[in-house]
Amino acid sequence: MSFPAAARVTLQDSQLRRNIGKATGLIRAKRERAVAELPDWEALRDAGEGVKAHAMATLPEQLERLEAAVTAAGGVVHWARDGAEANAIVAGIAQANGTDEVIKVKSLATDEIGMNEALGEAGIRAIETDLAELIVQLAGDKQSHILVPAIHRNRAEIRSLFERTIAQGQSLGNEARAIAEAARVHLRSKFLTVPMAVSGANFAIAETGAVGVVESEGNGRMCLTLPRVLVTVMGIEKVLPSWQDLEVFLQLLPRSSTAERMNPYTSLWTGVRPGDGPAEFHLVLLDGGRTDVLADAVGRQALHCIRCSACLNVCPVYERVGGQAYESVYPGPIGAILTPLLRGLDEAPSLPWASSLCGACYEVCPVKIDIPSVLVHLRGRVVREQKSSLSPEALAMKAMAAAFGTRRRYEAAQRLARLGRGPLAKAALPGWTAMRDLPEPPKETFRDWWQHREPRPAPARSEVVGGDAPPTGSPPPGASSSPPATAASPPPTADSPEAGA
Amino acid sequence: MSAAKADILARVRAALGPSPAVPEIPRAYRAAGSITTAGSVDLFCERVAEYRATVHRVAVADVPATLRAILGDSARVGVPAGFPDVGIEVVEDAPLTLDELDALDAVVTGSALAIADTGTIVLDAGPHSGRRALTLVPDHHVCIVEARAVVPSVPDAVARLAEAAEQGRPITFVSGPSATSDIELDRVEGVHGPRVLDVIVTS
Repeated sequence: MSFPAAARVTLQDSQLRRNIGKATGLIRAKRERAVAELPDWEALRDAGEGVKAHAMATLPEQLERLEAAVTAAGGVVHWARDGAEANAIVAGIAQANGTDEVIKVKSLATDEIGMNEALGEAGIRAIETDLAELIVQLAGDKQSHILVPAIHRNRAEIRSLFERTIAQGQSLGNEARAIAEAARVHLRSKFLTVPMAVSGANFAIAETGAVGVVESEGNGRMCLTLPRVLVTVMGIEKVLPSWQDLEVFLQLLPRSSTAERMNPYTSLWTGVRPGDGPAEFHLVLLDGGRTDVLADAVGRQALHCIRCSACLNVCPVYERVGGQAYESVYPGPIGAILTPLLRGLDEAPSLPWASSLCGACYEVCPVKIDIPSVLVHLRGRVVREQKSSLSPEALAMKAMAAAFGTRRRYEAAQRLARLGRGPLAKAALPGWTAMRDLPEPPKETFRDWWQHREPRPAPARSEVVGGDAPPTGSPPPGASSSPPATAASPPPTADSPEAGA
Repeated sequence: MSAAKADILARVRAALGPSPAVPEIPRAYRAAGSITTAGSVDLFCERVAEYRATVHRVAVADVPATLRAILGDSARVGVPAGFPDVGIEVVEDAPLTLDELDALDAVVTGSALAIADTGTIVLDAGPHSGRRALTLVPDHHVCIVEARAVVPSVPDAVARLAEAAEQGRPITFVSGPSATSDIELDRVEGVHGPRVLDVIVTS
């Protein structure tokens, strides 16, 4: 579906709009407070942008350093060109370890590659342990937000969902606490028994081989610590060059995403540590279209994204349509640029237009991704690469380019245009005029007036500059009705009193 | 080199072109060591209390009594292997099985350092912090933070942890008990991980 069509559907869902409106409004205010506490916020944003740009520019070196460090610490590094390869690697590890269940930490990368479905086809059940992901999984639903994926669901809906599934026979009551408790009890037995976990990663440090997960609930710590085997699937763009870089992102991410000074739990681990945590660690480095994003010199900054969702929360479009209208794991402003770049412009050609270009996203992005510029750039690419050169819009643009080519053609076109702006234009460009009014053409164009006006006498040399020469000729059409400023007096400025007013 | 690795690196190099510009990283933010340590302990206590952890500021000599007050007399309490004597009856994690960890009422550990600005306790899998499962499975964590181990900011902490990182030790940042805001954005404490966190700050 095109974005406008998908949006038309979700705009009907008033509960979704209410929930998302409330959620994003709350978080917007919280984020501003969290960010205002740091006097060096802008310097941190510059550093975040700089680290990411440096990492992308030196990516081959960083990936090799990371592999060497993880391997030296007893981990195994795999490389996956696409989602299918990554899924096969994960399934293979599960099968080699004789398990038909894996517990999962929320990972957008694994959602992106449809890992749960692929594992299911291989007879392996992937159990989501993040509360919102659990809700979405139990309901057979789709995520509506990067950070709070089940925000479109009310408490009552979640309660009845749980009473139908993981808490059968219980009456949970309406308190959020009781609902969360049902999740805790259900998942605890899984944490203590399932032998393999799959996670994503917020970052990996090339210098030391440390991999990091930033979370709130503790399910991440459970999955990263208790099972015998841990597999982490990570996009290649998440690598950071040095340990020191963490001091930037551990400030940028919590304040931008959950609007806290620090999220409850951040776990950093390196390879395998005997006696502490999994006995086996696998890191799957995923390309999956990231090299395509990298190849676009303007679009590659989309790879800097740290998945904080601050842009979603300020976007007037996202606020009204929610995440599902973008039909991608990555919705909102970042999704509008990342999805077409990752999947190919032909897969999501309407997303670059899912924006009013207000620029609010750019202002809040902790790593200063210039989303509006990338949107405009992608619009240009879609038009050049995707749209037929015979579309009405393309033909109109060609005609205008011809008309603007010489003065004579331009003037002739003007005369024609005066005739054509009425019903003819509306018939020719219905899409363009459906939402826009064409301005009323003037009775006489400026050029015509200029050519027909009476010549003015040259001012006498004895007159002082700044004196008033009498105006001649009638004012040009469309001029304001206040007395015309004369040629000798300076145009009114904000500071000086208006001449002749 | 695997075929996939070779392909991916080749694609990356092709995408970047023959000589990509490598930008300098501007680090004009407040660096490690640039913020005064004065008032750090007060600030830490204030910030960690905001996360609904209970803060106790005591002299080192009063730690046993404080622990008894927090834990009561009959609690089954775990500590990291080789932990110094804290004047109460404890079970050492030498190592305990998962079931034994699950049966503990509480666990008492130290910490590597604490961050004042964010109210964060950092565990580094060293002799004071214990292994990760120890501070994860029991429902009640009592964490002892020495006043001199409180640093002002995140950059200070990251700098101090560089050695542990080089050694490949697992590091955990803890800022309050676990929480979720997934249900209508109401923050609910205590999903997985210890639901009760007591912090004893000693000087």
